[in-house]
Amino acid sequence: MTGTLAAIGAGISVIGAGIGIGMIGGKAMDAIARQPEASGDIRSAMILMAAFIEGAALIAILLSIFMS
Amino acid sequence: MRYIHYILLPVFCLLIGASLNAQSKKGVEDLKTIQQHKFDHGDEHDHDHHGHDHGSHGHDHSSHDHSGHKHGSHDHAGHSHGKHAGHGDPCGHHDEKYDPTGTAIHHISDANVYSILELVRIPLPTFLYAPKAGWEVFMSNKFKIGHHEDGHMSHNGYVMHHGSVYRVVTPGFPLEGNHEHDCFTHKTVKDEKGKDKVIDYVMYGGKEYQLEARSTFDGGILGGGITSFYDFSISKNVLSMMLVALILFFLFRSAARAYKQHPNRAPKGIQNFLEPMFLFIRDEVAIPFIGEKKYMKYLPLLMSIFFFILGLNLWGQVPFLGSTNVTGNLTLTLVLAVIVFFVVNLSGNKDYWKHVFWMPGVPTFVKPLLAVVEGMGLFIKPLTLMLRLAGNISAGHIAILSFIGLIFIFGDLYGTMGSSIGTLLSVPLTLFMLAIELIVAFVQAFVFTILTASYIGAAIEEHEHH
Repeated sequence: MTGTLAAIGAGISVIGAGIGIGMIGGKAMDAIARQPEASGDIRSAMILMAAFIEGAALIAILLSIFMS
Repeated sequence: MRYIHYILLPVFCLLIGASLNAQSKKGVEDLKTIQQHKFDHGDEHDHDHHGHDHGSHGHDHSSHDHSGHKHGSHDHAGHSHGKHAGHGDPCGHHDEKYDPTGTAIHHISDANVYSILELVRIPLPTFLYAPKAGWEVFMSNKFKIGHHEDGHMSHNGYVMHHGSVYRVVTPGFPLEGNHEHDCFTHKTVKDEKGKDKVIDYVMYGGKEYQLEARSTFDGGILGGGITSFYDFSISKNVLSMMLVALILFFLFRSAARAYKQHPNRAPKGIQNFLEPMFLFIRDEVAIPFIGEKKYMKYLPLLMSIFFFILGLNLWGQVPFLGSTNVTGNLTLTLVLAVIVFFVVNLSGNKDYWKHVFWMPGVPTFVKPLLAVVEGMGLFIKPLTLMLRLAGNISAGHIAILSFIGLIFIFGDLYGTMGSSIGTLLSVPLTLFMLAIELIVAFVQAFVFTILTASYIGAAIEEHEHH
C-alpha cells in the first residue's frame, strides 16, 4: 500500500516539474523570438531555472522512494 | 538497393530476438529436466525464490550438482522429476520469469569485477577490512566469477554475489581458504516494521548460510545495513574514475603542449574538441557568474568538475564497455557536492553570511525566519546538486535497460515471435534513449558547473550599500 502511495506521489511531483519546465521552455521560446540576439543568455538562464525545478522534483521522487 | 539497410535492420532484429529467445528457452528446458519442487522451511517468510536468474540465459549447472543434497538440514517437501530426481537441490529451481527491476538494479550497481558483455571479466583488487579478522587483500578472480557475476568459490569467509563481496554470517561456514560453494538463494521476510526484506543465502554442502547485508558506508540509512567489514576495493566505479582521470590528463596535456609549442597556430586535432568547451565554460559560466576579477581563482575547480563529470557520463554510455554508472552513484556525487559545499562556504564573504543569518532590507520579525530558511538552504543546495546528477544519470541507464528488457518481457509472453517483436521495438527505442542520454551527459555536466559557479558567485559577490 505504501508503495502504491509513493508511486502516486512520485507521479504528482513529475507532473508539477513537467508543468514548470514546460512554462520555462515556452517563455524562453517567446523571449528568443522577441529578441533573437539575446538567445545565448536566455538559453543558459533557461537551463539554470529548469535545473532548479528538476532539483525540487528529484527530492520529491527520492523521498517517495525511501518512504516506500 | 539504397534502402537495403531499412530491410536489413528488422531482419537483424528478428534474428537477434529469435536467438536470444532460443537461448533462454534452452535454459528453461534444462531446468525442466532438473526438477521443480517446493521448499518448506517452516519459517514465516512469504515466498522463496531460489537460484534466481533472470530467466533469459542458458545456465551452466555443472557446478551445482555435486554437493550432498540429501543431507540438508531442511525438510524438502514436494515433487521432483527428471534425471536429477530426488536430490532436493534448491539450485535446480529457477525463476523462469524475467525480472526487469532486479536486472536494472544489478546493472547500475557498483561491482568488484569489471565484466564486458559477460565475456571478459577483468578481476579487480579487493581490499577488505574486518575489525576481527584484519585485512584481506586479493584479486577478485579468487571467487571464480561466473554468470551474473556470481562467484563459485569462497575466500576466507567472503563470497561474491551479483558482483559484490558479502560475508557469511551463519557459523559453520569455513572461514579459511578457498571452498567451492553452490548457488545463491534469497528469501523475502517481513521485518519488525512489516516491511519486506530480502535476505541472501549461499548454499554450501547442501546447507544454507546467511549472507550479511551489502557493504555500505551510509550506516544503514539506505537499507544496506551495517556490515562487520569494510570494503575499500578498487571497484568497477573506481577503476572507471581512474581511467577517465588518466584519459583527461593525457588529452589536456597534449592540448596544452600544442598551445605552448605553436601559440599562434589555428587549433588542430584534440584542441578543436576541447577549446570550444573550455571557452564556453570560461565565457558563459565563470565570467558572468563569478566576475572578471576573481574568476581565475575558481576556474580550475569549475573545469575539473565539468570535464570529470562529462568524461564519466560519456564513459558510462559507451555500449558494450561495462556501462559503468559512476556519476549515477550517490557516493561520487556526494563527494563532489561536499567539495562544492566547502569551497562555497569557505570563500563566502561578510555580506554572504550577513544575508544568510541577518537578511538586510526586511522587517526585523522576518529576519529570524529567513535565517532558518537560508540556513537550511546552505545544505539543500549541495544536496540537490548531488541528487540531480545521480538521479538523471541513473534514470537514463534504467530507461535503456528497461527498453532492452522489452525483448525478454515479450519473449516470456509470446515465445520466439514475441522476443523478435520485442527486439524490433527495443532497438529503435534504445537508440533514441542513447541519443537523449548523449544530450543529458553534456547538459548535466554543464548544469553542475553552472550551479557551482552561481553558488560561488553569490558567496563572493560584493554588494554596494546605499
